[in-house]
Amino acid sequence: MSRQVLQVFEQYQKSRTQFVQTVAELASRPQNIETLQNAGVMSLLRPLLLDIVPAIQQTAALALGRLANYNDDLAEAVVKGDILPQLVYSLAEQNRFYKKAAAFVLRAVAKHSPQLAQSVVDCGALDALVICLEEFDPGVKESAAWALGYIARHNAELAQAVVDAGAVPLLVLCIQEPEMSLKRIAASALSDICKHSPELAQTVVDAGAIAHLAQMILNQDAKLKRQVFSALSQIAKHSVDLAEMVVEAEIFPAVLTCLKDSDEYVKKNVATLIREIAKHTPELAQLIVNAGGVAAVVDYVGESKCNVRLPGIMMLGYVAAHSENLAMAVIVSKGVVQLAIALSEEQEDHIQAAAAWALGQIGRHTPEHAKAVAVANVLPKLLQCYLRADASEDLQTKSKKALKNILQKCVHLPALEPLLHDAPPNILKHVVGQFSKVLPHDSKARRLFVTSGGLKKIQEIKAEPGSALGEYINTINNCYPEEIVKYYSPGYSDALLERVEQFNPKV
Amino acid sequence: MAALVRLTDQVDEIINSIYDGKNQAEEERLREYKAAVKVQAWFRASRSRSYLKHLNKCALKVQRTYRGYLGRRYFRVLLKNTVFIMKLNHYNSMSCKIQKMWRGYYVRKYIFNYYSRKRYLEALQIKNHTIRGELTEFAEQQEAARKREEEKNDKKRQEYEARKRHHLVSTEVMPGIYNSPFLPYPSETEYLLRSVKPLIRKKAAEKEPLFDPVCASYNSKVPTVLPPIPQKPQGPFREPIDVQKQRYKPFQPSLRVATDFYSLEKARQQLKDAEWVTRINDNILQPFTHRSIPYEPLLHTTSKFGHLPYGTKFFRHEYIDRHIVPQNFKTLVPPIPIFDKLNDTYSQGQV
Repeated sequence: MSRQVLQVFEQYQKSRTQFVQTVAELASRPQNIETLQNAGVMSLLRPLLLDIVPAIQQTAALALGRLANYNDDLAEAVVKGDILPQLVYSLAEQNRFYKKAAAFVLRAVAKHSPQLAQSVVDCGALDALVICLEEFDPGVKESAAWALGYIARHNAELAQAVVDAGAVPLLVLCIQEPEMSLKRIAASALSDICKHSPELAQTVVDAGAIAHLAQMILNQDAKLKRQVFSALSQIAKHSVDLAEMVVEAEIFPAVLTCLKDSDEYVKKNVATLIREIAKHTPELAQLIVNAGGVAAVVDYVGESKCNVRLPGIMMLGYVAAHSENLAMAVIVSKGVVQLAIALSEEQEDHIQAAAAWALGQIGRHTPEHAKAVAVANVLPKLLQCYLRADASEDLQTKSKKALKNILQKCVHLPALEPLLHDAPPNILKHVVGQFSKVLPHDSKARRLFVTSGGLKKIQEIKAEPGSALGEYINTINNCYPEEIVKYYSPGYSDALLERVEQFNPKV
Repeated sequence: MAALVRLTDQVDEIINSIYDGKNQAEEERLREYKAAVKVQAWFRASRSRSYLKHLNKCALKVQRTYRGYLGRRYFRVLLKNTVFIMKLNHYNSMSCKIQKMWRGYYVRKYIFNYYSRKRYLEALQIKNHTIRGELTEFAEQQEAARKREEEKNDKKRQEYEARKRHHLVSTEVMPGIYNSPFLPYPSETEYLLRSVKPLIRKKAAEKEPLFDPVCASYNSKVPTVLPPIPQKPQGPFREPIDVQKQRYKPFQPSLRVATDFYSLEKARQQLKDAEWVTRINDNILQPFTHRSIPYEPLLHTTSKFGHLPYGTKFFRHEYIDRHIVPQNFKTLVPPIPIFDKLNDTYSQGQV
């Protein structure tokens, strides 16, 4: 008799288990989600979260997590279904598998938008997650750290809430654990916390994160290195003090080797880190230059493509912008050539704009710098970028500014000659201005200017009298005898023929 | 009387002669008058002309003297100005020279030294070269390591394949398919097959777990046999009542989370406050060993102008490596003797 009674329960439990497992299985495929949602899976899973059998509970949580992971509508449905408080309460007490699953749900909900993350925070999930970070099991710590990272990544308030919950010291402890995946996720969470404001980054630094992060830069694991460099660059980007702290961890000759890593993202993040450090002060940039960083970055820019090369290009620009000495260091490290190649090779506008900007920063210091940039045949390319019809506005302004900066310093006339022929008036002004500065003092250049057809071109320019361009043209014309100026002026042959007609021969 | 008679006789004559005389005088009078006027006019004219001449002569003399005076005065001023300008130009050119020397020296010493910049850039190029070399070496090493790993895996896989196909090895009697009798020697695969052991798949004990209570992994198999339902949940769990009670117990944060971040500072402040309240005297009595003696300055390092900074004060940072020569510059401009000779100075400044 009792056997029969028990069989009913057995049957019930069996079918519950089968239901949640099937739902969890189905939820892992995106094409099923719509159907599941329409079938009202949310309201069915919710009571199963409170089931008496732990396996059913955690499988239900897993299914929920997969659903919430799929899109923000479902995540919102989880929030609206009042499921989060249950999860948070059980997060404190249940076994480790359940904790993992619950943290997964929280993470899946929080990842979509700041509002959803805020609702997760409002349920008091942070304290529970922080307690999970103190757990012994690395898997639980990992999922808790992951959820905390996803919450913190949205905005500064949420990150501040995570910090206020006391997560940072525990995350720093997590970095020191032996498990690779835990290290990775903790580093990523720290990076997400640091990225919002200097204060948050300072909190992370105060917890002693830099020393531990710096130890891991020579790790074999590429994914860990990605996160470590990302975290370090997020710390260094805010202020000079923080950047100095990062530099003081003696990362310098070591990180340069990572520019040769086989993983693209590691390379990109290293270049970003170097860029974030170099951009602050001339001293930091000098330190990087003295460590041979510029040569390494130049090589890196030459070897990589597309978006990966962008931080390298910007780093060269930042270094060159600080002082003429540093710009000269970039030049002797053969940076100009690589930037010129990047400018011509890359298809995307924003990378071209960055390269143009960097070149402008290198060439704007002295005539020597401008000459180094000009002989790399950069000026026609910059002009092309400026004049291209489909160029973005940013690229146009950047290339124009770079051209202007370089031209105002450039006295290397052979490089300026081609611009005379195809530059628009607003650029031509600067080109002619440079000629008008050099020609009065250099007889050889005057001669060359005539033979190369520059003078002829100058006569053909129609400048309004009184404008700057007109002044420059006048100055150039004054350097030459009147006959030669006349000879090259358009319409002189007609004038000569007219004189032939009017000439009365003496018989 | 006779005379009277004679005179009476001659009355007519006399009257006639008087008339004649009067008539003649009357006739001559106008002429004489004109002549007198002419004489007077000439005289007066010549008198006033000579006077004017005299006046002119005097005025000329006065003017000449005065103009001479003015001219000389103007000349003096002009001379002074010219000499002043000349000297000023001279001083300017000299001061240019001095400034040029000084600025060149100063810039080379403290601001920019071409040779040190050149040396720096050369050193940087060498450093870049070494860094590039090191990085290339590092990349090569990594590549080699990766290749080695790949080869190792490849070999392992090949071996595994060979073990799986070990049955194709030739026997004493029967040559295998990799050991063609038409070839002078067996193929490489044959040697590989010979070198490895046959793969023997260990038969796993067919044992279905009855039920995994914790579902140790998410993809564990669905249990076929369900356990009997006990009174309390299966596994190392407590009573449901206990669990229920624990679930709804109030949140107990860890000590770290519960305590205030500034608790230490607050506690210190509290202690300080308590001490301040219970203190009887604000001027704490110090033992004689703690008596503070006012500072007495040393005789040698003080003067009435204040403290002498012997080796303690740091005026300017000197970049010794930017010095071109260790010695100081000597003065190159010779002294100007004319300044010593002349007491008067035409320049506004002090020489």
